[in-house]
Amino acid sequence: MSAFDKATLDRHGLNDDEYQRIVKALGREPTMTELGIFSVMWSEHCSYKSSRVHLRNLPTTGPRVLQGPGENAGAVDIGDGLAAVFKIESHNHPSFIEPYQGAATGVGGIIRDIFTMGARPIALLNSLRFGQLDDPHVRRNMDGVVAGIAGYGNSIGIPTVGGEIAFEECYTGNPLVNVFCLGLARADEIVKGVAKGTGNPVYYVGSKTGRDGIHGATMASAEFDENSAEKRPAVQVGDPFMEKLLLEACLEVMQTDALIGIQDMGAAGLTCSTCEMGARGGAGIDIDVTHVPQRETGMTPYEIMLSESQERMLLVVKRGREREVEEIFEKWDLHAAHIGEVTDDGLMRVRERGTVVAEIPTRALTDDAPVYRRPMETPAYLADVQKLTLPAKPLVKDGDALRRLLASPVIANKRWVYRQYDHMVRTNTLVMPGAGAGVVRVKGTDRALALSVDGNGRYCYLDPYRGAILAVAEAARNVACAGAEPIGATNCLNFGNPERPEIMWQFGRAVEGITAACKALEIPITGGNVSLYNETDGKAIYPTPVLGVVGLIEDASKVLGRSFKGTGDAIVLVGETRLEFGGSEYLKVVHDLIAGEPPNVDLQAEKALQHLLASASRDGLLRSAHDCAEGGLAVTLAECTFGTGGIGLTVDVPAVAATAEWTQTATLFSESASRVVVSVARENVAAVLARAHSLGVPAAEIGTTGNARISVSIKGTLAIDIAVSEAETIWDAALEKFFKQRAA
Amino acid sequence: MRTKFAVIVFPGSNCDHDAHYAVKEVLGQSAEFIWHKETDLRGADVVILPGGFSHGDYLRTGAIARFSPVMDAVRNFAAAGGPVLGICNGFQILLEAGLLPGAMLRNRELKFRCEHVHVRVEQIDTPFTLGCRPEQVLRMPIAHGEGNYFTTPEELQKLEQNRQVIFRYVDAAGAATDEANPNGSVASIAGICNERRNVVGLMPHPERACELALGSADGLVLLESVVKAHAIGALTAAGSAMA
Repeated sequence: MSAFDKATLDRHGLNDDEYQRIVKALGREPTMTELGIFSVMWSEHCSYKSSRVHLRNLPTTGPRVLQGPGENAGAVDIGDGLAAVFKIESHNHPSFIEPYQGAATGVGGIIRDIFTMGARPIALLNSLRFGQLDDPHVRRNMDGVVAGIAGYGNSIGIPTVGGEIAFEECYTGNPLVNVFCLGLARADEIVKGVAKGTGNPVYYVGSKTGRDGIHGATMASAEFDENSAEKRPAVQVGDPFMEKLLLEACLEVMQTDALIGIQDMGAAGLTCSTCEMGARGGAGIDIDVTHVPQRETGMTPYEIMLSESQERMLLVVKRGREREVEEIFEKWDLHAAHIGEVTDDGLMRVRERGTVVAEIPTRALTDDAPVYRRPMETPAYLADVQKLTLPAKPLVKDGDALRRLLASPVIANKRWVYRQYDHMVRTNTLVMPGAGAGVVRVKGTDRALALSVDGNGRYCYLDPYRGAILAVAEAARNVACAGAEPIGATNCLNFGNPERPEIMWQFGRAVEGITAACKALEIPITGGNVSLYNETDGKAIYPTPVLGVVGLIEDASKVLGRSFKGTGDAIVLVGETRLEFGGSEYLKVVHDLIAGEPPNVDLQAEKALQHLLASASRDGLLRSAHDCAEGGLAVTLAECTFGTGGIGLTVDVPAVAATAEWTQTATLFSESASRVVVSVARENVAAVLARAHSLGVPAAEIGTTGNARISVSIKGTLAIDIAVSEAETIWDAALEKFFKQRAA
Repeated sequence: MRTKFAVIVFPGSNCDHDAHYAVKEVLGQSAEFIWHKETDLRGADVVILPGGFSHGDYLRTGAIARFSPVMDAVRNFAAAGGPVLGICNGFQILLEAGLLPGAMLRNRELKFRCEHVHVRVEQIDTPFTLGCRPEQVLRMPIAHGEGNYFTTPEELQKLEQNRQVIFRYVDAAGAATDEANPNGSVASIAGICNERRNVVGLMPHPERACELALGSADGLVLLESVVKAHAIGALTAAGSAMA
């Protein structure tokens, strides 16, 4: 029988089968330290044991891919010898327990993943989900999360250039905090997290190790219950100043050729970094925890190996070059501690004052971790919620519906949030937050990169396959609207407990959707993150895959924004509107209804649309572009007028096929995908329409900019007529008012 | 003859590259980074203390940076009349170092704030504003959590009397309203100078407003002013005194 009782194994999140696998891998019973090491490395968070079989199917290759999944971040070639290095990661569980530090350390973690690759981080985005804002606990949580992201990103000097936020009941006890970071590196200087070369020294640098965050990875692999607040000690405290020093010092060390490999200590801390670096290099690592800088006394090897103290890096340096590396760290007032050596036996050996306390084959912890093909089952709720019966006629006038939609926090101006983020530092930000994709220029070249993170949990709840396709399509369409060609993607998969077959079904279907969409749109996935067990008291979040897409703009002077540029331009609607209300913001806001099937996406039509946007903007034919998302055409048109100083619009659009009562409303608020509103100088209208026609993309001129009002007619009948100033005031104030109330 | 700018780099500075880029790439002047542990400004004509979070701003903004070895050289440079510009965290460091009067409090709403604001140029007889029109309104970004400038009523009166208030937060039309004051600064103060008028500190970021592609090029005039001052020999012999 086992040397440990069931309570100990439970506490480590290991079941009997897994324990027997450990005994088999070692050929003996593990020590307590070894048990701890296995428990974190085989946790869902580190091992991807439930998700791996599904993730294998994602398309991960392409002509531009320099680094696919498996390293600290992915990388794609952007020309001029440069690489865009990027990844998205979740910090959901810590951000619920301790919002400020949870979110802050999430930012810190993803930044380390990027500079570990030898890239200088230049942009951050985030995708956030909270409960409904009328709940004071939700407001407090959101306030802390936003402040935490700001506190860390601002201090370290990386601009937060975009993101998205949505609010649904299901996220009340499980907010989502997904952070995306992008960096730039020379394509031929990408650094790997690898340990090799027997006898090469292993260095530890950064913050001292404390007892914080022990079992953080295990915490992130379990559901919440009423006792979750007790897990607060498992959330770490961030030190952005330390990280800034590490960032600068590590990039300086990388400029020498004294470095073999480097990895940050994120989840599972020293344990994960040593065994992963060893496994990647086919080598072993021998360290003595006595040499690990510690900020508390009496720490055991178990605690030191499992601590998730932040802002720590592990480096393997060429033997004989130690002094050179140490001097760079000393310049930045950092101490690089020599804690061990690379060996040739493939073992992770941990000593305390010379005595071996753990000795495990690195592959047993990484490549040979358990992989589960968990049972999947169509959820019982699905058939019911997919049924949608519209009321006989719409409940409110369409002008009032537009007002209510503009006041919905999902659609409202997010200035209260992004004003807290430094979004201009590094002087590259060409398109500011709050306008679709964020765009940063690449200094020293003519290029720019457009970045977007998108996901719609409600769509995925109603149909995870289609919802995932919509997420990929929207993120890619957003960068295309900036005039970019989508060249790579990263995903963050937020789901409930994978041990429940209906959750696993959601996960499997969503990954199939991402796979289908990325293949059709030819956008490789270069890495990402899976966050499971997002449940509180047995209630799961909506399945929420979030896609981060990077797009390349060859000529930064051609970047497009979403706002109209002047009066007298033609407005062209690209794409087709159909009666598609399933999962729409209109149904939720006006009818308090979450039902139906999400909009259909014809991926070939989507691809043609994105091609049209990239090519027409490259040739300077467009003045602005904005995609239709939540709230449909009416909201999109209104948003095009915001921030323009009151440039309005007059349009007349064709009617959608629906019942007589619903024709007008469906035309305005249906959420059909693959639609974009562009403004075009008069002299270019014919060229734009001809190009759309040649690509098989439906496009029609629907009106003109100007007039200071939002005047929308359908087949000649005026449907909406609101002053831009009124609409913009509603949109501006809606989110802020929740937080002003609190201050009063 | 190119003007030689020194951009001081403290641990935690993060607008150092932006200032360097604006001076060198946009303005075509010469710029060098000077690490805070250095004691020599290498013959600089102008010194910039850039924005950021020096030493993490952990004690108080700028409180630890003032003890950096390089600050003695900056003090001597300023004492000899050399032009010094402190931007954001650089302004905070100048306050802590006693090179400018007053102190910073947290923003009125207790939140970090990043956005474009308008400031009015109050005085044009400093090396950084001599190229401005009197009362010119400039649009520049702010990005700070502690930009709420504070001083005693007596000190404020002295500042006003000596015409040491150089920039004030205003609306687009140039009026110093409470609504246009983003952080609660006393008398809407966005920037000040010392009595000798060669040391200027401000919270907005002129280096982020040097290219239209980034939303505004209004900040360029501050850097152009000091280049002009250098070219016409309006700067005192600080540079040569330091050499």
